[in-house]
Amino acid sequence: MLAIVVLCFITAISLLFFGNYIKKNAAFGLTFLPLAGFVYFLSKLPQITNGNIVTESYNWVPSLGIQLTFRLDGLSLLFALLITGIGTLVFAYTSNYLKENDHLDRFYGYLSVFMAAMLGLVLSDNLISLFVFWELTSISSFFLIGFKNSSATSRKSALRALTVTGLGGLFLLAGALTFGTIADTYSFQEILNGSIDFTQHPLYSLLLLFIFGAAFTKSAQFPFHFWLPGAMEAPTPVSTYLHSATMVKAGIYLLLRFSPVLGQHEYWQLTLITIGGITMIYAAFHTLFRTDLKGILAYSTIAALGIMVFLIGIGTELALTAALTFIVVHALYKATLFLVTGTIDHEAKTRDVTQLAGLRKVLLPVAIAGFLAAFSNAGIPPFSGFIGKDLIYEAGLHSFQPVLLIVVAVITNVLLAYAGYLVGIKPFIGKLPEKFEKIHLPSPLLWFPPLLLAVLGLLFGIVPKLLVSLVNPALQETFIGANLVQLKLWHGFNLVLLLSLVTIISGLLLFYFLKPNNDLTKFIVQFQTISPLGIFEKIGILMTKVSLLWTNFFQNGFLRNYVLTIILVISFLIGYNLFFNAKFLWDFSTILSVTNYEIGILSVMLVAILFTVFTSSRLTAVASLGVVGYAICLLFVFYSAPDLAMTQFTIDTLTVILFVLVLYRLPKYLKLSENKKRIRDGFVALVFGGLITILSLEVIQEPMNNETGKFYAENAYLLAKGKNVVNVVLVDFRGIDTLVEITVLAIAAIGVFGLLKLRIRNN
Amino acid sequence: MEILLAFLIGILYASGIYMMLRRSLVKLIIGIILLGNGANLLIFLLGRITKDKPPIIPEHSKVFLDGFADPVPQALILTAIVISFGLQAFAIILIKRAYKVAKTDDLDQMNTTDEYA
Amino acid sequence: MKTLILKTASGYLLPVLLLFSVFILLRGHYLPGGGFVGGLVASIAFVLHAFANGLENTKNLLRIHPGFLMPFGLAIAFISGLAPMFLYDLPFLTGIWFDEPLPVIGMVGSALFFDTGVFLVVIGVTLTIIFTISESA
Repeated sequence: MLAIVVLCFITAISLLFFGNYIKKNAAFGLTFLPLAGFVYFLSKLPQITNGNIVTESYNWVPSLGIQLTFRLDGLSLLFALLITGIGTLVFAYTSNYLKENDHLDRFYGYLSVFMAAMLGLVLSDNLISLFVFWELTSISSFFLIGFKNSSATSRKSALRALTVTGLGGLFLLAGALTFGTIADTYSFQEILNGSIDFTQHPLYSLLLLFIFGAAFTKSAQFPFHFWLPGAMEAPTPVSTYLHSATMVKAGIYLLLRFSPVLGQHEYWQLTLITIGGITMIYAAFHTLFRTDLKGILAYSTIAALGIMVFLIGIGTELALTAALTFIVVHALYKATLFLVTGTIDHEAKTRDVTQLAGLRKVLLPVAIAGFLAAFSNAGIPPFSGFIGKDLIYEAGLHSFQPVLLIVVAVITNVLLAYAGYLVGIKPFIGKLPEKFEKIHLPSPLLWFPPLLLAVLGLLFGIVPKLLVSLVNPALQETFIGANLVQLKLWHGFNLVLLLSLVTIISGLLLFYFLKPNNDLTKFIVQFQTISPLGIFEKIGILMTKVSLLWTNFFQNGFLRNYVLTIILVISFLIGYNLFFNAKFLWDFSTILSVTNYEIGILSVMLVAILFTVFTSSRLTAVASLGVVGYAICLLFVFYSAPDLAMTQFTIDTLTVILFVLVLYRLPKYLKLSENKKRIRDGFVALVFGGLITILSLEVIQEPMNNETGKFYAENAYLLAKGKNVVNVVLVDFRGIDTLVEITVLAIAAIGVFGLLKLRIRNN
Repeated sequence: MEILLAFLIGILYASGIYMMLRRSLVKLIIGIILLGNGANLLIFLLGRITKDKPPIIPEHSKVFLDGFADPVPQALILTAIVISFGLQAFAIILIKRAYKVAKTDDLDQMNTTDEYA
Repeated sequence: MKTLILKTASGYLLPVLLLFSVFILLRGHYLPGGGFVGGLVASIAFVLHAFANGLENTKNLLRIHPGFLMPFGLAIAFISGLAPMFLYDLPFLTGIWFDEPLPVIGMVGSALFFDTGVFLVVIGVTLTIIFTISESA
């Protein structure tokens, strides 16, 4: 498993070097990458069906207990097959779809990174690695949405998607850490083995908040859904792959993964049902107001994601079966519809549903794919969509609130059926406009993938056993003690069948009577300011304004103000701490034992400092500064620090030399500040100095623990064969520090050399 | 003596900061040096000061026979003194360079960088 | 500042001070001294010489630009850290020694080489800074 993920990353990197060659000669060849993955995962299917779990483990950050463990169970397998399977078709499709594009290599690079990240995400057995892969999918999605980087809307949409999903990533990290705190492990195996009852833990609601935050942003739930329609700026293969079939389902995956330990609780159920329900209805209604094929598909995808969340919220065995089945079924028909849209766009150069008609005459295989997908979407038997829809209704009927939930589900599905007809059927029927007559059937790469998917959608419906083999292992992971899944096409005449019929027919009626037009689109635009998107944009603008104010206030370009701010903040912190913790038990008796020498040195220093500060001559200031240094040197001599004394002496000499060398090139001291400011600064400085004095007086009253010093002193000769402990510490015990220090010194010297020797540019 | 040293350190800090708050470049550097001296002494004082017991093992012994001054703050300060020399040199050259480019010693007139690219 | 006395004296002072600096370096492990101080004393010796005889003369005396001492010193210090890794499979910068002490210096080991590296870097840094500044002053 690791090999596949790594291979994807390697492919992405090698595209950097061989991109030009591959893009011209072997773009199609890249299809074998996902294909190999697909075959590998398919080969594992029997093993997983028997209830085995495949794990591969590598030590990653052993010190933090983070392992890179890949674990293939039923749920991971379902997603891995979707990722590699649809990936194969998308890779093949792209090789023709973007044939003319100059940056095809770049595109494949992003796509490979994405596939690696997405596979890593569903295979991770560790929350931290899950988080890393999760973020990687967000980033690759950012690059793919902004692929047409010359278009401003594209860039803006990419940024918006990154902001929202990145925010979710932070939630996920917080959630992972919370899990780590509660369970003391980051491993799924250990979290999910049922030893800890998370629902009873005091942090449960916080945990839910984090996990929901992550899942809702990634899976485009209301009110975070708005990034997904924007993401349709990406080339259609990306929309198919990332924003319909795989990446947006990462949130669903997360919810499914944790549903055994976090589910079966009121908070979980109510939140998911409410949010899922709102998302379903809200997004489904929005499809009515769109004329862009991809816009319609985007909203219908959001609605479908809402249905999945909704079902996970209901949380019964039946509901989870329905959710898992719906994931597969939806991926099949929605990917088909996206690819169909892509082909239409590629050939007819428009995606406006009001203009498209009659294309069956020129694009017959595409039309077949579109029809099949639209039927599956509407839930017409014997398509697999019928099974999916059936299960949704059944799950709704057997929930605790059947009437309300069923009404919501039926309304959503009617609207979704309408949307499906609109995308899959409308462009192909009717009279072919003149301008489309010149269209020829493109390369099979542009119509075979959608057709294959559509046929699979039909096949899965006729032979439900295929669907069962995928759904059953996944269900065993998401619902504890689940029975073997039984999927049937025909349940006999019952309420569920009636509901399905109502859905299909209402959808058709809607399709027949309601003609999409641009007035409707205009109508909905009016509400944009109060929509989540509008609010999000307003927050963005507000934040820019606030940060501008903030920056102008603190980064005002006056060095003194920065220093002043820093000093005031530190003064406040020290002062606050001293005020509450200082004991003021100072022992002044030692003052009597001060010798004359000491008094002498201190007085000299005091005078020298005063001269340094108040003199109006630069030379006096520098000379006094030297005196201060030499006095400190004497202090070191008195207090048993001969090494320091020597160093201070030499350094002080050199500093004075330096100053003298430079000083004459500088202007005379200016008395620039007004008196008021001088008094203010003097006050601030005195306060700070006073605080430091109090602080040090406090500290020296406390007992001293110098175990480190003792260790060094006792072992200096025994371990390091040296007798000058300070030197032994520098060159032996703390040798690396010294090594770094001399490196820093060398850098400073190079900096000086560069600053003086490089010429000033004249302009 | 510790108490007197504590006051001296306070004075060094105060004078260093006062100088850093001035508008003249040279004063800024002098302020930084004073502040650095204050910080060195602060570390020295907080590691406790001892008279006449340098951390050097006597000639014919393998361990200390008597008390000794803590070597850790001394090693820290030694490093700090040398590093601050590097910093001072760099800062002094920056002054010189800035003066050459901006033709002013007044920090307040150097608040836009763009003009001197 | 090119007075005759200073000029004459610096001729003698330079070798004496340099010898002194090496002395400080070597005794650093046992008595006050070491690479930092030794390096600084050596630099002061050269600066003094430059004051007395002019920068050009000092530079000619040195033959190479003092800046080259920095990578050289860093390399010595680094290699003295690597030596235990390759010779005895010990961690980076572990101290190793020759078996027999040398007269005057005492035990010679990787620490002394390390200190020599520090010594050279300090000379290189100080002289680079001071020479660069006085050249452009």
